[in-house]
Amino acid sequence: MEEIYAKFVSQKISKTRWRPLPPGSLQTAETFATGSWDNEENYVSLWSIGDFGNLDSDGGFEGDHQLLCDIRHHGDVMDLQFFDQERIVTASSTGCVTVFLHHPNNQTLSVNQQWTTAHYHAGPGSPSYSSAPCTGVVCNNPEIVTVGEDGRINLFRADHKEAVRTIDNADSSTLHAVTFLRTPEILTVNSIGQLKIWDFRQQGNEPSQILSLTGDRVPLHCVDRHPNQQHVVATGGQDGMLSIWDVRQGTMPVSLLKAHEAEMWEVHFHPSNPDHLFTCSEDGSLWHWDASTDVPEKSSLFHQGGRSSTFLSHSISNQANVHQSVISSWLSTDPAKDRIEITSLLPSRSLSVNSLDVLGPCLVCGTDAEAIYVTRHLFS
Amino acid sequence: MVPSCPFIYIIRKDVDVYSQILRKLFNESHGIFLGLQRIDEELTGKSRKSQLVRVSKNYRSVIRACMEEMHQVAIAAKDPASGRQFSSQVSILSAMELIWNLCEILFIEVAPAGHLLLHLLDWVRLHVCEVDSLSADVLGSENPSNHGSFWNLVTILVLQGRLDEARQMLSKEADASPASAGICRIMGDLMRTMPILSPGNTQTLTELELKWQHWHEECERYLQDSTFATNPHLESLLKIMLGDEAALLEQKELLSNWYHFLVTRLLYSNPTVKPIDLHYYAQSSLDLFLGGESSPEPLDNILLAAFEFDIHQVIKECSIALSNWWFVAHLTDLLDHCKLLQSHNLYFGSNMREFLLLEYASGLFAHPSLWQLGVDYFDYCPKLGRVSLELHIERIPLNTEQKALKVLRICEQRQMTEQVRSICKILAMKAVRNNRLGSALSWSIRAKDAAFATLVSDRFLRDYCERGCFSDLDLIDNLGPAMMLSDRLTFLGKYREFHHMYGEKRFADAASLLLSLMTSRIAPRSFWMTLLTDALPLLEQKQVIFSAEQTYELMQCLEDLTSRRPVRGESDIQQLQDEDIETTKVEMLRLALARNLARAIIREGSLEGS
Repeated sequence: MEEIYAKFVSQKISKTRWRPLPPGSLQTAETFATGSWDNEENYVSLWSIGDFGNLDSDGGFEGDHQLLCDIRHHGDVMDLQFFDQERIVTASSTGCVTVFLHHPNNQTLSVNQQWTTAHYHAGPGSPSYSSAPCTGVVCNNPEIVTVGEDGRINLFRADHKEAVRTIDNADSSTLHAVTFLRTPEILTVNSIGQLKIWDFRQQGNEPSQILSLTGDRVPLHCVDRHPNQQHVVATGGQDGMLSIWDVRQGTMPVSLLKAHEAEMWEVHFHPSNPDHLFTCSEDGSLWHWDASTDVPEKSSLFHQGGRSSTFLSHSISNQANVHQSVISSWLSTDPAKDRIEITSLLPSRSLSVNSLDVLGPCLVCGTDAEAIYVTRHLFS
Repeated sequence: MVPSCPFIYIIRKDVDVYSQILRKLFNESHGIFLGLQRIDEELTGKSRKSQLVRVSKNYRSVIRACMEEMHQVAIAAKDPASGRQFSSQVSILSAMELIWNLCEILFIEVAPAGHLLLHLLDWVRLHVCEVDSLSADVLGSENPSNHGSFWNLVTILVLQGRLDEARQMLSKEADASPASAGICRIMGDLMRTMPILSPGNTQTLTELELKWQHWHEECERYLQDSTFATNPHLESLLKIMLGDEAALLEQKELLSNWYHFLVTRLLYSNPTVKPIDLHYYAQSSLDLFLGGESSPEPLDNILLAAFEFDIHQVIKECSIALSNWWFVAHLTDLLDHCKLLQSHNLYFGSNMREFLLLEYASGLFAHPSLWQLGVDYFDYCPKLGRVSLELHIERIPLNTEQKALKVLRICEQRQMTEQVRSICKILAMKAVRNNRLGSALSWSIRAKDAAFATLVSDRFLRDYCERGCFSDLDLIDNLGPAMMLSDRLTFLGKYREFHHMYGEKRFADAASLLLSLMTSRIAPRSFWMTLLTDALPLLEQKQVIFSAEQTYELMQCLEDLTSRRPVRGESDIQQLQDEDIETTKVEMLRLALARNLARAIIREGSLEGS
């Protein structure tokens, strides 16, 4: 992978996210936000990779990412999402959920709204009050859903002081991540290897569906939904295994792919090219999974360029009766075809890669070695 | 009464570690360190040396980048105090780079005579940077040769051996004042013809020496002929080029330090100096330069020790002078890879490299964030690294599960099972206290801690007995293979299975499962009453579910249970009431069992269809 820029930023990065582009815009991604962790003072920062006047030989703009502004954050930044163009929602290890507002005219960030007791073990009223880290947050304007180590799910609405809906004790273990399936439905993953689907239209506190792995109950750390097909979901586990699920069918994953050697922290489908998937892990690597079918037939996986690694595909259920035309390349389970090409994107092994995000041809990731890597030519 | 001090002092060591800019130094050098350890196993011979030089240059460029950034910050600093602090940091970094560069030339590159001088010249040129700004100043002016600092510039160019540039300057002077054009040209020629070893040149050292001797004599002749007597500047230049010590010492200000003096002196008196002869020149240069007016500073002593090829002394002096272990740890590690350090046995049996790395890594662990770097340094300390890591890693505060997972991953990768167990136990206890039984169970599964799993299961069972229903059914119903971790857990899973079977009206299967739960003794004794009570509805069913054999076993269990009950003495009303309930239950069970037995015997005794 050429042209990947690294910059050391003196803070361990826990989350990186591109600022979403206005719909219909033809620009490429220019700004991203990062959150730090494990410092005495943690920061949420905004960075820009916009042009700084240096033209390279192709006439493109190259250069390091520069810090635009930052703001102090209490507790580790456990998760970070852009709510809209100007607002960022963060989940903190103190159990607090904060909405930051970016002021582009004077390049500052300020706290717009805060729910300080979103997650706790013993309630604010009790004498032994203890907060619980909020582990995941997902937004769908105007709603914000958060999950935490207390097994609680909160539904907030921007500009509402109290939570709109709270599901206490939704899970007896820690909820690690959450994503929207369709607007009133969310999907959570927990530390006993289960996916649970919750429907906010229903009144009860029970999930509408539970899916889990058949073998060991390996904790699942991340989840992402296919951008176009809302029933296809990818999860990453503590053993570095990538699982693809079809939530309409059965309670078991469609395929299990042995991937990293340690916890997989984030998995992302590419928002506009969903045949491409990206994963990053505690073992210090970031992988690009390419399942696009316009690549010529390959007899074996191992001779592809880049730094590919061994990959074992193990399909579980028969999906043979699904029409070929609507099947997602992730769901098709023909291991003999070996259509997935994997490349490792980082130049050398480093400490854990905690987070990544992709938007268009741009990718950003942050590591425990206090470095941020940016590339603007993912598909060259 | 002894007055007590009302203050609590917070002591922190290693203040440097907290600096934002120095953190980049630590992180980048960590990457280089790891790279060095990994390549070391593969390389031998010539490529090894060039790789080691490259690693050294990497370290130096990291120091330089840090210096640059700190310099920018120092300039931009709003208040003078912090500006001064940054500036002093810059000078410390600059000194570190100076020392490292010299060590690279002498110990890693191991330049032979001839090339040695070229490297030393580069070294000096890199570290005395006033030349460039002066040069820009002078050349930028309208009439360079009339500039006040013109001759200073030319002199310093000569002092640094940059004779081509000096010649260009002289040609400007020649253009400006035709009177001295002649002598300028002669001087220019002298400069041009000075023999110097260039990298691509194949001449041997002896050839070079001969040529140089020749050139030197030519210069001498010019001096004796007083060719340059009309221009004192040129005359002093000539003396410099002859290596005249007095002339060199006159230029103390331009030289600015004794090692510059040393290198210039060598350049013009002994360009083919051998490495082992360096220290004679070094010591005398230092003495001459200081002239008895001031005493050597720590930096001077370090450089002197380097010229004497006394590596241990260099490291010792650096350790004393610098406040942070970063420099000595990395330099010593690199020199150790060059196989230059004999293993000095220190008190606790490790060698110097290991000692320094251990100190550095321990310092990193004191920082809330940089402990992750420390782990890798401990990995490469063969004797005491593992033990130190074990001690340090247990003491990292874990405030979120994600951090705990990272720490556990580090321990598991190094097979530190004790630490894994103890950390998981702490986390599991916290979870139980917060009533997160699912989390507690997942931690005990990770640690393969059967005892804790039993504890969690007991909690579940107790809750069931008290409330009549299970909390966290999502967990118990989906235990999967984790059930096998502990007997109690297996029992829990099987018990839920029994509930399911009952719900699906598979009574025969439910009955045999229930029986096996009791007879296999995995059910805790306290729970037997509940199990037997669960058997009641099965016994009361219209059809006979339990066979005679099974009924006998159930009765056996009941007898076991009741016979062991201790005889109660005086008890209060509540206990009497409880006893009453117990006795009623037991009686009901006896009745149901007896009836079932009767029906079973009859059913089994009768012939089919008759």
